[in-house]
Amino acid sequence: MYMASSIIKLEHITHKYHHSVALSDVSLEVKQGEFWALIGPNGSGKSTLLKIILGLLKPTEGTIQLFGGPIDSFKQQQRIGYVSQKSNAFSTKFPATVLEVVKSGLTSRKGLFKRLNKEDERKAIDALHVVKMGDYQQESIGNLSGGQQQRVFIARALVGQPDLLIMDEPTVGIDRQNVESFYSMLSELNREYGIAILLVTHEIDVVTQLATHVACLNRTIHFHGAHEEYDKMTESELSGWYGHPIRRLHQKETEPIT
Amino acid sequence: MIEAIFTYEFLQNAVLSGLIIGIIAPMLGLFIVVRRMAMISDALSHVALAGIAGSLYLSQQVLFFAALNPVYLGMGAAVVGSLLIERLRRVYKSFEELAIPIILSAGIGFGAIFISLAKGFGTDLVGYLFGSVSAVSRQDLYIVIMIAIIVIAFLYFLYKELFSLAFDPEYARVSGVNEQVIQAAFMIITALVIGASMRIVGILLVSSLMTLPVAAAIQVAKSYKGALMYSIVFGEVAVIIGLISAYYLDIAPGGTIVVTSVIILLFVLFWKKIRS
Repeated sequence: MYMASSIIKLEHITHKYHHSVALSDVSLEVKQGEFWALIGPNGSGKSTLLKIILGLLKPTEGTIQLFGGPIDSFKQQQRIGYVSQKSNAFSTKFPATVLEVVKSGLTSRKGLFKRLNKEDERKAIDALHVVKMGDYQQESIGNLSGGQQQRVFIARALVGQPDLLIMDEPTVGIDRQNVESFYSMLSELNREYGIAILLVTHEIDVVTQLATHVACLNRTIHFHGAHEEYDKMTESELSGWYGHPIRRLHQKETEPIT
Repeated sequence: MIEAIFTYEFLQNAVLSGLIIGIIAPMLGLFIVVRRMAMISDALSHVALAGIAGSLYLSQQVLFFAALNPVYLGMGAAVVGSLLIERLRRVYKSFEELAIPIILSAGIGFGAIFISLAKGFGTDLVGYLFGSVSAVSRQDLYIVIMIAIIVIAFLYFLYKELFSLAFDPEYARVSGVNEQVIQAAFMIITALVIGASMRIVGILLVSSLMTLPVAAAIQVAKSYKGALMYSIVFGEVAVIIGLISAYYLDIAPGGTIVVTSVIILLFVLFWKKIRS
């Protein structure tokens, strides 16, 4: 029987900022081809966990494995595509075209001292076509809408042909209509290209429908498992870990009441 | 002036140095401006002042320094200043910009001490402060050429890393760009360019040649490569007009180059307003 290989394996991760505990005993495994939604209220430690996975932060306790090896010896950064929440907070006056931004996603794959060539440009154009931004190559990045910019950042993450895409609330500041088409594009990337996705969000209602797996985080993992298992959770169970009441709109949709 | 260039070596030195600096200063300046570090060149040029003043003072006291080109000590001080800024930026993680005024004031402080100790340096110091057409030696020109080769090679081979760091530092870090090493190398290169430029533009005005052409370029460029090209063109135009007017009016080239850069910037802003 085919066994999907492990991409991220977190074991007993605890992280403290001075004396306050941001994460406590978090264990989670993301395997090849899975689409994980990591959900949780503000201040639940989602961004801290991402920083730990990305190697930007060292946990106080616990171990992390990326693609089967310890994070400390991980040198294949090109296998991970990253889209941050802050990507759409860059200076809109920055003089760069969409194509230049996407090509910068090849920096680590290409290696130090090597220049980008025509072949790399073709890869960047292909990545733009995947996110349906092929017509905007020469457009200035600052002239695009928030939704379009986020598509460009996805293209930048995809151009290095990663096996894992990590996104930190990528839809912040994007209007509702674009958010839905953005998420369906992610779902397509996961299905058609087999890219594993770890998406951090607090838009519970949309994302949990697209993701194959859901992890509920509020300093510690309260639930993790397949999407179908998540659907079986009762409203009181959901509200308990989320910290405030959550009402299921119907069988497959949940929405936090704030 | 053309005839004079072929006749006088000092003029050849000044023109060639000016033309080279007109390329490398704005080229590096673009990476500095888009990373919101424009004040760093100011801080480093003031540290270079301390080095120059120190060298001029020591040349009055120690025979060895009398034979040493003050540019070396100026450049050395700027390199040390650049490394200290990097160190201080890590010490004051939440207030990174604090590193700049600390180093800037230290530079002026040491500069003032050396100038006072030597009871002034007369025209020598004025030449370093505001640039000079006549003071550029053949040795200065060789230093400028050497630094230009280093700068162009650095930007050519690390272009993608520098772009990535400028556009999105967090993304660059995550994708494996060694920010610490590249940033330290970048700071040293900046210090070298400041050292190379101070003979022509002057310590007090060197940062302007790194920022003003870039300020005009980012108003008109759509792409990063375009901004790089425009920065160089505006820098070169400012240097050529500045040097010609300094020669005929017999004034410091630093002033004329920088004023020309300001005029170019105003013209670009005006042109952009009309177009919109």
